[in-house]
Amino acid sequence: MAQIGSFALLFALALSLYSFGAGALALASPGPGSERLGETARRAGIAVFAAVFLAASVLVAAAFHDDFWIAYIFHHSNRDLPGPYKFATLWSGQEGSLVFWSLLLATYGLVLRLRHKTDQRLFAYASVVIAAVQIFFLLLLNFAAHPFAVMAGSPAQDGNGLNPLLQYPEMVIHPPMLYLGYVGFTVPFAFGMAALIMRYPGEKWIHITRHWTMITWGFLTVGIFLGAHWAYSVLGWGGYWGWDPVENASLMPWLTGTAFLHSVMMQEKRGMLKIWNMWLVFITFWLAILGTFLTRSGIISSVHAFAQSSIGEWFAWFLALSFATFTFFFVKNKSHLKSEHKLESLVSRESSFLFNNLLFVLACFTVLWGTWFPKISEWVQNTKVTVGAPFYNSVAIPVALLLLLLTAVGPLLAWRKTSLESLKRNFLWPSIGALIVGMLMMIFGVRPWKDVAYFYSLMAAMLAVLVALTVISEFVRGGRVIARHTGQNLFASMVHLWHRNTRRYGGYIVHFGVAMVVIGILGTPFNKDAEKEMGFGDKIDIGPYTLVCQSYTQDDNPNYSNEWAIINVFRGGRQITTLYPERRFYKASQQTQTVPRIYPSIKEDLFLVSDLYLVYEGINQDTGRPIIKAHLNPLVPWIWTGLLVIVFGTIVCLVPNAAAIRVTAPARVQAAPVGAGD
Amino acid sequence: MRRGNRFMCRAGQALVLATAVLVFLGAGDNTARFNDLGHHMMCVCGCNQILLECNHVGCSYSDRMRGELMAALDRGDTDDLLMQSFVQKYGTVVIAAPTTKGFNRVAWVMPYFALVFGISVVVYLVRLWKNRPAPALADGIRPVTGAELERFREQAQKETDL
Repeated sequence: MAQIGSFALLFALALSLYSFGAGALALASPGPGSERLGETARRAGIAVFAAVFLAASVLVAAAFHDDFWIAYIFHHSNRDLPGPYKFATLWSGQEGSLVFWSLLLATYGLVLRLRHKTDQRLFAYASVVIAAVQIFFLLLLNFAAHPFAVMAGSPAQDGNGLNPLLQYPEMVIHPPMLYLGYVGFTVPFAFGMAALIMRYPGEKWIHITRHWTMITWGFLTVGIFLGAHWAYSVLGWGGYWGWDPVENASLMPWLTGTAFLHSVMMQEKRGMLKIWNMWLVFITFWLAILGTFLTRSGIISSVHAFAQSSIGEWFAWFLALSFATFTFFFVKNKSHLKSEHKLESLVSRESSFLFNNLLFVLACFTVLWGTWFPKISEWVQNTKVTVGAPFYNSVAIPVALLLLLLTAVGPLLAWRKTSLESLKRNFLWPSIGALIVGMLMMIFGVRPWKDVAYFYSLMAAMLAVLVALTVISEFVRGGRVIARHTGQNLFASMVHLWHRNTRRYGGYIVHFGVAMVVIGILGTPFNKDAEKEMGFGDKIDIGPYTLVCQSYTQDDNPNYSNEWAIINVFRGGRQITTLYPERRFYKASQQTQTVPRIYPSIKEDLFLVSDLYLVYEGINQDTGRPIIKAHLNPLVPWIWTGLLVIVFGTIVCLVPNAAAIRVTAPARVQAAPVGAGD
Repeated sequence: MRRGNRFMCRAGQALVLATAVLVFLGAGDNTARFNDLGHHMMCVCGCNQILLECNHVGCSYSDRMRGELMAALDRGDTDDLLMQSFVQKYGTVVIAAPTTKGFNRVAWVMPYFALVFGISVVVYLVRLWKNRPAPALADGIRPVTGAELERFREQAQKETDL
């Protein structure tokens, strides 16, 4: 099996080299025969997918067959590991995850090469760029992090097992989503690079990559949120984001990718920001690779990081080489990227996008700076410092609040110029709504002057409401106009409205989802917790809940043994549920893991919903009784609901526009120089 | 008028007093200080978590550190003294964010410097692009400006209104 896998990887490398070399040659020397040479390069690129797919399949099959000859399987699987986790073995360790990365890149490359008829020359260039990136990963797999390395001596009877932290259903989904996002940004980058190298006329490459970028962004968003949800549900500290370097590594390309999604509209609509967009798409790709470098080099300490290894150097070289290559072509062809239009007013959609991009990039810089500062400090003053949540909360939250403000304001601004009159008209009711929410929060005890966290919460709540209300008002206003012209009811008109411009209204739905996520986050300063040793009948009071320990016991299965408590949850004197916080001891890996239990109070408080979060911390050896920690986390379920709304909005953006409805214009217009919306 | 002034003065004093009461309410409470300081320190077991959030099963550090923190608060140590003693014992990595002394100041200054720099660049670009001459129109097309342009804008706004 190992030989088949090794051969497949070597074959994939040879095919990638051919795809890159022949493709580049065909493009560099057009002439008789170059078309056929280019076609062979394209087909070699398609064959790379088959070869990498074979290698990945062999690795998965080896996990299911408990082939502990293969060192990777020995280190990341064991006989009693449940089936889905054996499948997840593919991305559970360094070498396997690189195979997975390579497979996803080959899959994206396959789709790109199959759709080459859209624009053969542009796609040929993009295919060469993808082949270059693929070569790097296959070089790594063949020479630095070989997934099919075999064990010395006789094979072991059983493997070390999968890290207990990864034995959670979401872990079967989270890494693929995140990787689809990371790897996917290679495609817009490849098109951008292709357009730069060939001095592609017009903005068609932007139109071609629009869906790629949106889908990739969607995957990365889902990946990040699933990671946060996993941390919340598995790590047992009651939080979902710890500003760990690896979390930061996933956030950075997301921030620049989001900036790109916005600024690219400037290029599509007005032919502006061409240089900026080119850099943005490159930086997003580059940051995705940098994130992988951080995770794998061991240069920055993180709980998530894979073991320190030599592949960090490979990544450093690849980062340097890709930067140099991009800079070379940029300097060579930058005259092609001149902006065409002028800016008419400061109060316009264009300026809002400029500030939006500034804030996204600034947020990215802040996260990058905070992630690297411990290393910089070590180099400069020979002292290692920690840059944790207090730093990011102080520095990044104000930027996030400004971004939220722009999220509310930006969509209401028209392209070119917006009159103050229309701003007033559009903002009046949403602003009143936001102020009312702010006042209600203060009446109910939020004192922004007492703690900066309360101040941030208040501001975030008001701005999130402002965003939500401006989105709703946009739908209602547009729906009313359509209803007036067509006679449909308001709801049907609103559906009609989004179908006419799916990207714009899908984007609004995404903004609405972001507002919901912010509402979920702003509950953090109001978290409560309590810890107690709980014997039979002992109680913990937390918020409106009373927790009563009914029993505690032990269990055993082939994969793990566990201890768990049975906790009855009462509210208002009535039992509402029973929770079973647990601690497991995984036999193969000899590691212990807590399994928190969470009860969201959706039935009791629909809008001010809280999570009751119980952790079995262990047993007091003297008394034999379990120690239970209870957290009450207000509003957290809003975050996960917000994600669903974001995903829905992203899908809406991908739906093609319907044909415009025909309405009779009440008056003739000679020229229509402006129009709000995109 | 004088009575009005006196009333305003009293109201101002009452406001200041009320604010002071609210601000200092809870000051000196050891639980609040424990919570605050515990969230500004890291557990040094290698889990990269805030001290009060580390729940590693069998973590030998966090329990001990929490105990030391509480003991120091009970002794009446000031925040500075307490932090200093933790740094001496566990190293600078125990503080969850860089201090505002020496080179560590750079960590705090840089994001704000980047913000100011970024805003300056955007403002410069906006000005530059605003002053850029409009692209030339084809022969025979008269550029529309001023009140006429505004009229067209309004009409388009009314008829599209989306």
